[in-house]
Amino acid sequence: MTKKLIVIGNGMAPGRMLEKLVEADASAYDITIFNAEPRVNYNRLMLSPVLSGEKTYRDIITHDDAWYASHGITLQKGEKITSVDRDAKTVTSAGGITASYDKLVIATGSSPFIIPVEGHELEGVLVYRDLDDVDAMLSAAKSGGRAVVIGGGLLGLEAAAGLKEQGMDVTVLHLMPTLMERQLDEASGHLLEKAFKDRGVDVLTKANTKRILGSSGRVTGVELEDGVIIDAAIVVMAVGIRPSTQLAKAAGLDVKRGIVVADDMRTSDPDIFALGECVEHNGHCYGLVAPLYDMATVISQNLLDGSALYEGSVTATKLKVTGIDLYSAGDFAQGEGREEIVLRDATAGVYKRLVLQENRIVGAVLYGETSDGPWFFDLLKKGKDVSEMRDTLIFGQAFQGGTPLDPSAAVAALPDDAEICGCNGICKSTITSAITSKGLTTLEEVRTHTKASASCGSCTGLVEQLMAATLGAAYSPAAITPVCGCTDLGHDEVRRLILAKELKSIPQVMQELEWKTSCGCAKCRPALNYYLVCDWPEEYADDYQSRYINERVHANIQKDGTYSVVPRMWGGMTSSAELRAIADVVDKYDIPSVKCTGGQRIDMLGVKKEDLPLIWEDLGKVGFVSGHAYAKGLRTVKTCVGTDWCRFGTQDSTGFGIRLEKFMWGSWTPAKLKLAVSGCPRNCSEATCKDIGIICVDSGFEIHFGGAAGLEIQGTQVLGTLPTEDETLEHVVALTQMYREQGRYLERIYKWADRIGYEEIRRQIMEDADKRKHYFDRFVASQKVAQVDPWSERVSGKDKHEFNPMKTLEMEAAE
Amino acid sequence: MNANIKTWIEVGCLEDIPRNGARCVKNGEMTIAVFRTARDEVFALEDKCPHKKGPLSQGIVHDNCVTCPLHNWVISLRSGSAQGADEGHTQAFPVKLEGNVVFIDLSFSKTTG
Ligand code: SRM
Ligand SMILES: Cc1cc2nc3c(=O)[nH]c(=O)nc-3n(C[C@H](O)[C@H](O)[C@H](O)COP(=O)(O)OP(=O)(O)OC[C@H]3O[C@@H](n4cnc5c(N)ncnc54)[C@H](O)[C@@H]3O)c2cc1C
Ligand code: SF4
Ligand code: FES
Repeated sequence: MTKKLIVIGNGMAPGRMLEKLVEADASAYDITIFNAEPRVNYNRLMLSPVLSGEKTYRDIITHDDAWYASHGITLQKGEKITSVDRDAKTVTSAGGITASYDKLVIATGSSPFIIPVEGHELEGVLVYRDLDDVDAMLSAAKSGGRAVVIGGGLLGLEAAAGLKEQGMDVTVLHLMPTLMERQLDEASGHLLEKAFKDRGVDVLTKANTKRILGSSGRVTGVELEDGVIIDAAIVVMAVGIRPSTQLAKAAGLDVKRGIVVADDMRTSDPDIFALGECVEHNGHCYGLVAPLYDMATVISQNLLDGSALYEGSVTATKLKVTGIDLYSAGDFAQGEGREEIVLRDATAGVYKRLVLQENRIVGAVLYGETSDGPWFFDLLKKGKDVSEMRDTLIFGQAFQGGTPLDPSAAVAALPDDAEICGCNGICKSTITSAITSKGLTTLEEVRTHTKASASCGSCTGLVEQLMAATLGAAYSPAAITPVCGCTDLGHDEVRRLILAKELKSIPQVMQELEWKTSCGCAKCRPALNYYLVCDWPEEYADDYQSRYINERVHANIQKDGTYSVVPRMWGGMTSSAELRAIADVVDKYDIPSVKCTGGQRIDMLGVKKEDLPLIWEDLGKVGFVSGHAYAKGLRTVKTCVGTDWCRFGTQDSTGFGIRLEKFMWGSWTPAKLKLAVSGCPRNCSEATCKDIGIICVDSGFEIHFGGAAGLEIQGTQVLGTLPTEDETLEHVVALTQMYREQGRYLERIYKWADRIGYEEIRRQIMEDADKRKHYFDRFVASQKVAQVDPWSERVSGKDKHEFNPMKTLEMEAAE
Repeated sequence: MNANIKTWIEVGCLEDIPRNGARCVKNGEMTIAVFRTARDEVFALEDKCPHKKGPLSQGIVHDNCVTCPLHNWVISLRSGSAQGADEGHTQAFPVKLEGNVVFIDLSFSKTTG
């Protein structure tokens, strides 16, 4: 008698298995297949095109009734198997059919994970797994309104794009900071987000769903943890899948996350195989079809007494949304001995990243241009040594073979009509002829005359190479010192482009400006963070992980890992209450050293990190705020006693110093900023070696700037003299803002002034009232968000994790 | 005792550690810095820079390295070795993630005292 084979589940994996089996030996088994879904087998991957309307159900059927009939396979549609009796070797369906088997294949796939938030059972809360789900979404889309998709992974995004195509308003809620974070790095995640926003899909990242709202049993909206409420006609949950293992578990098979199989794909019962997404092999559960097909081949052979082994698979993913090209394969975490090759073409919206290990590709992410995906994946799977083609590898298969050109020869070889500057549509001959006919020799001149590289600037390199090729030895590029090894751009270029391209996050800057590393380094990240804080004060969320430790914990780290605490003493003034509070804190927390700083205030040194918030709390009670003694920002305003007490004083230097400090504290600047106000030219507060100093005279206030008394010594220069405090304050603030906007990170004001010229600064601040007013207004605007005392914020719990160990192990635990 | 036997100790969840940041685990006299990279990989090093014992947990994390907060040495999170021209080594501990729970194997710290 022919042996009986029963298959539970009629998804994509058993479809492939049956094809292989009947191809090898059509008469080996009498085959029955049970499926919970009431239909034949279809291509689940193509549900998204059905949702978006590009395809219909008919187009995606893979095995129709005729196929089963012609191969003598019995298909039980709409019959869910509810139990397996391993002793009797039978299965029983919900409809009451019992059938016996010699060999059984369990291919129950997986089921969507539903977050058990309040409201998840409301009508209109859908998942995305099978054709019924698509039908439900399509009928909801007919009545319009907003669809909220929870989950910004592959499935969620495909659902979002499809629902948008069907005319719904769509919001994607994603818990993590970037979309598809499991497949993509931040840069490509950001590009993807932008692409979705461009097609009108709202994307909220870091969005944590609190509950689903409803009325009369139907969904009406979604409430987030932060209180935001989004109206919704339907909610689609696409937050992940779970292998469907209940049946196998009930039958007593070995089940962990999935149904455990050995390399021959047998479960813990040798007559039962498991196949597809429900399987766990070697600790892995797969969610893509390619590995399932490999498994299907192995099982088809082993059902025929073969001894095929499944060895696990590496997977590649492609997002199937028309107009968005995304491909990712393998493992692209960084690591020891791993190198990466990154190619960014901002104008074309292309990002490619390859991760190599021992000269072999181990991971690939392609965005915007994915045609080489399969080629890279092939090299990856074969573990091919790529050292020969390393230099051109990232350009793809078409660039291999032939002699690689050096870059400027390659530019010289371009045809005359090749487009160089995409933004302005400038071709090669326009640039070369302008260079020769107008005798241009600098990049700036070429920009002025041709507009090439004057917009986004990402073709600057090409234009420079073209100049070198045209001018030969006559061209000497202005030496620009790059910010760091992660980019060829200098600080000024980066600042200019942040504004021109409205870049508002670090990953965005890195993508658009074609950073060569994936997440920067300790040099560029703090610089970019400052530029973004300065340029987009109200929009940019400060990235603390890109700040040096002092600015992250608002205290100065010392050589032994303890910290020092310097509270603000406005203008150097203090009181008995303040001094008493300091004395109490020193006693209470056993602080080893107390010192008067060179900046007219008191430093408590040797504080344990865990004590910082407690100390700040005590200090806060008498009104102390952080002195920012650690900040690339406003530090001290030193003053002398002035007219209050001094027989030579001409103005209230103490009062004005305090006023300046109260106005300007909390602001971040390219490097530290120190001010001083002296009551007369005897200059007891040393104003003439400060970043900005004021010398009071009978007729008013003489503003000085650009002094240095640290690594270098340099006297200040005079900006100008003004009759009143108000005008002086406006000028000082405008000067500070000009420096904030133009200074390079870590460049003190004197270096900036030496670079751009004291005359130019005087012209803009003293003579151009409009400019001055604008600088002043921008400073005031940014102070609105900057003037928050970081100490009191932390006393109320912000960044709590910074100050406590994650865990303190009992000594026994380590035994 | 066998150095190959790992004794995994639970120290907290992935979410306890900021991305591109670190948290400390106190183990008696020793402090261990547990790092989380941008890609959610977790590493553990003794919290002591090979240069002058700077607390590496306080540095800036980038790629799979940390830059020491005291004098900017760059230390590999995976191996604990100083990168570039600097030479030195900090003890690295095996780490594993089960779901989002972080475990460290401290058996090595015992044998080396
Ligand atoms: C505490 C203090 C010394 C003191 O006990 O008096 C001090 C301490 C430090 N100074 Fe200073 N400077 C202190 C006043 C000064 C002064 C005097 C002044 O402000 O009038 C100067 C010269 C003026 C100037 O800034 O040009 C000064 C010029 C420097 C420099 C050289 C800067 C330069 O650009 O040339 C550095 C190094 C640096 O910033 O890279 C520095 C760096 C430092 C650092 C931050 C070194 C470091 O990175 O660890 C020290 C931090 C100690 C701490 O943890 O508190 N400190 N430092 C003074 C704090 C003033 C305050 O209340 O905020
Ligand atoms: C919208 C969408 C898009 C996708 N896009 C891609 C893609 O682009 N690339 C890619 O590689 N993968 C993609 N996938 C994943 C891919 O479809 C799955 O990996 C694959 O279909 C899994 O095959 P399977 O046979 O293991 O399970 P399934 O195809 O899920 O089939 C399991 C079947 O078993 C039935 N069943 C379950 N329990 C029982 C029972 N007790 N009795 C009887 N029948 C039962 C179920 O009803 C179901 O029909 C996508 C998935 C979806 C939902
Ligand atoms: S600066 Fe002039 S006014 Fe002020 S204390 Fe010194 S001498 Fe007196
Ligand atoms: S202690 Fe780490 S670099 Fe000096």
